[in-house]
Amino acid sequence: MTIQQASFSPYDNNGGTCVAVAGADYCVIAADTRMSTGYNVLTRDYSKIRQLADKSVLASSGFQADVRALQKVLEARHLTYQHQHNKQMSCPAMAQLLSNTLYYKRFFPYYAFNVLAGLDQEGKGCVFTYDAVGSYERTGYSAQGSGSTLIMPFLDNQLKSPSPLLLPAQDAVTPLSESEAVDLVKTCFASATERDIYTGDKLEILVLNAQGIRREYMELRKD
Amino acid sequence: MMMESPASAPVENSLLASPDSAIQRTKTPYVTGTSVIGLKYKDGILMVADMGGSYGSTIRYKSVQRIEKVGKHSLIGASGEISDFQEILRYLDDLVLNDNMWDDGNSLGPKDIHNYLVRVMYNRRNKFNPLWNNLILGGVKNGQKYLGTVNMIGVHYEDNHVATGFGNHLARPILRDEWREDLSFEEGVKILEKCMRVLLYRDRSAVNKLQIAKITEDDVQIYPPYALKTVWNLAAFQNPSASAPGSW
Amino acid sequence: MFRNQYDTDVTTWSPAGRLFQVEYSMEAVKQGSAAIGLRSKTHVILASVNKANSELSSHQKKIFKVDDHIGVAIAGLTADGRVLSRYMRTECINYSYTYESPLPVGRLVVQLADKAQVCTQRSWKRPYGVGLLVGGLDESGAHLYYNCPSGNYFEYQAFAIGSRSQAAKTYMEKKFESFDGSSREDLLKDALFALRETLQGEKLTSSICTIAVVGVGEPFHVLDKDTVQSLINEFELVGEEAPPAEAADEQNQGGDAQPGDQQPADQGPAPMEM
Repeated sequence: MTIQQASFSPYDNNGGTCVAVAGADYCVIAADTRMSTGYNVLTRDYSKIRQLADKSVLASSGFQADVRALQKVLEARHLTYQHQHNKQMSCPAMAQLLSNTLYYKRFFPYYAFNVLAGLDQEGKGCVFTYDAVGSYERTGYSAQGSGSTLIMPFLDNQLKSPSPLLLPAQDAVTPLSESEAVDLVKTCFASATERDIYTGDKLEILVLNAQGIRREYMELRKD
Repeated sequence: MMMESPASAPVENSLLASPDSAIQRTKTPYVTGTSVIGLKYKDGILMVADMGGSYGSTIRYKSVQRIEKVGKHSLIGASGEISDFQEILRYLDDLVLNDNMWDDGNSLGPKDIHNYLVRVMYNRRNKFNPLWNNLILGGVKNGQKYLGTVNMIGVHYEDNHVATGFGNHLARPILRDEWREDLSFEEGVKILEKCMRVLLYRDRSAVNKLQIAKITEDDVQIYPPYALKTVWNLAAFQNPSASAPGSW
Repeated sequence: MFRNQYDTDVTTWSPAGRLFQVEYSMEAVKQGSAAIGLRSKTHVILASVNKANSELSSHQKKIFKVDDHIGVAIAGLTADGRVLSRYMRTECINYSYTYESPLPVGRLVVQLADKAQVCTQRSWKRPYGVGLLVGGLDESGAHLYYNCPSGNYFEYQAFAIGSRSQAAKTYMEKKFESFDGSSREDLLKDALFALRETLQGEKLTSSICTIAVVGVGEPFHVLDKDTVQSLINEFELVGEEAPPAEAADEQNQGGDAQPGDQQPADQGPAPMEM
């Protein structure tokens, strides 16, 4: 007799795409708001972006239950940090914390694909990009999630980040202006939505700069 | 869609059940309920579920209540393993009793209960011992309507309308078309009945005995069960193979 | 040294039905520098007097943020106060992790009191030597509680603990009936006046006090020095009403002579605050 029962699987893939671009004095971070499972759209308005501190914002896709648990752990850890140090965590500090938190579950990982972006201590834009078990790298731009395979090569082509092999080390931030970066991100998502069924519905964009934080939305295809 | 097709044969999974393990876990559900649907309307939340309890492909029970009141401000609806749902109700009873015992004017709202359930479901999946359900939680507190859902591995979200199982395929497209913020009670019930009728025709585990529940700021009602009017004498129903010729 | 034969351990009753060790721990609260709290329908103010141990040192922190909606002011053993504040912070974080809503103030206070109570019933423990004024906001409004080492807790409209707190209490007893409807500013003003009462003539400046506020639309926060000083200046101009040395010998509530009292106000911090 054939087994007609899918046995228990602790993971699901709820899709979604995250992109971040850092500039000299700003940073843009964006993600779509679709949440799906298989061929079902569960909801069209679920935010994948979380502001963890004044100057660090996390966008995550993958398995939503793990993503939410991860966000909650980071939020709680950040509260403790604030109690102990009387200040907000910096973005590079949050980056290290995220890495440690992911690696802590190395053998039962959070199925979460993260981009952490913000401003560093000098006010320069920074982007940190991760795998599910915590290895990470500071870059000038990154894409993660279901549409990353469509977006990442496009960003590579457009932004031509300096080779990490260059000596002396070159700054990884992109040469774009803030509004150019926002436009680029919008284009990326409009394109990814055409081919990736897990990306769509609405795009949420956060822009961090010296003035603070700004949020804007753009409608995406809903099919 | 794991839930909609309970097994007739137990599945051996080495990761979940090592032969020497004495621990019992739900690897596959036994008696299951099918879709539940919830939506927000003008004054609160409406929910509907039928009363079938399936044992594999047998409809074993025909009068299982799958919507219950939780505390003062919330309703819970469940599909999936009925025994796990009843266990969840016991957890919630403890939680609400404890909350009432403080007697201090604070009370758990639908958002708090939904979050609690998400934590419970996710913790159980972390232990590879899931509660085999898709839950819907709705309620109103301080004029704030709330409608959310969580599944057996902890995936959760809020929306203006939610559905589990087959409801996700068959009811939500209808809801996306017809849902409005200012739906009246009568309109809401009408939409839910439309959804349930579609499910009744197309979901083999659905039974024609359903319960509607409503919750508003100051009222909770789980209405007595009733049946939908159905039409089965369509030509295609009477001779289904006429339009699908085959060798047999 | 010992007061009597019934006070050598926490769990021994005196024939009169008293637990001396527990009572001693409550003395520790009286010797700490003063902390006061008062509340309206919408706000709670916590204030404390900062006493440095020596000319060369800074003072110890006496007001702690527990969460956005709760804060504490302590008097007595600051080390114990810190431990309890940390416990309260953890409880708040755990609650909001589970329910994504703030822990009701009254419930936290009961948990805290239960924790203190355990120490009065175990031979191998010692009671906490700290009194806590817990101020906070929840869905049933603004609250102010006093938790003491005995495990008792009380809800107040306004209260003061620590050395010379009686003067502040006397001041607030005269005015508390209007506190419920007070504006944030009026409440701050009363907080400063009440705090000044505990100083016995010493001038109130921003460097010897800490003020914190929590209220509707205002997460718990400690006011910065400049804000406090400008409030003091502002009120100094308006109200010279309460002559600071009004009550010079108000101190002995317990009937026990306290060594600290004889000394001028600016010296001799209580030993347990060191």
